[in-house]
Amino acid sequence: MKNKIRDLREQKGMTQEELAEFIGVSRQTINAIEKQKFDPSLPTAFKMAKLFGLPIESIFQFEEK
Amino acid sequence: MENMKLERTKRIRKLAAWTWTWVATMAIATFGPEFIWDKHSFLTPFAIIVNLANGILMILANRDLFNHFDELERKIHLESMGITLGLTVVVGLTFSLLDQKDLISFDAEIGFLVMFTGLCYLTAVLINTRRFK
Repeated sequence: MKNKIRDLREQKGMTQEELAEFIGVSRQTINAIEKQKFDPSLPTAFKMAKLFGLPIESIFQFEEK
Repeated sequence: MENMKLERTKRIRKLAAWTWTWVATMAIATFGPEFIWDKHSFLTPFAIIVNLANGILMILANRDLFNHFDELERKIHLESMGITLGLTVVVGLTFSLLDQKDLISFDAEIGFLVMFTGLCYLTAVLINTRRFK
């Protein structure tokens, strides 16, 4: 699944550590999500959408493998 | 994040404490009957029961730590546990069969399997952690 987390985080001037703290996960998890190596759970995706003030579908794009 | 780290450290320390006491009570239950209390009829089963209770508390401490993991850590550990469980059953039974058919020169002791399980889990966690870096 593609996502724009890195761009959105940088636009907000946040570090991975700060985003991780806000979402309640580890920095490694944020890093893995940004590198698209790990797809977040629905609650985590909703928390991110709320933080960035965007709908989930504009942050995450589903890709057929 | 500081609170999360403090809580994590607390749970790791709790698990480490129960693990070390489990190892210690295992050693006492193993060597005590021969070297400490000379096969006492009460102390031997008592030491074994204490070791079992300690092991259960160690498992509960491990569950506490697991429940503190975030979603990626859970995925890493669950996959590692799956691989470890599968390999332990398959390799364990092969090892036992080799012993039964006298194809190895030593007994297939459970200790070998425990060591194999530990090393397998450690390796699987390291490989899975690297995968998501």
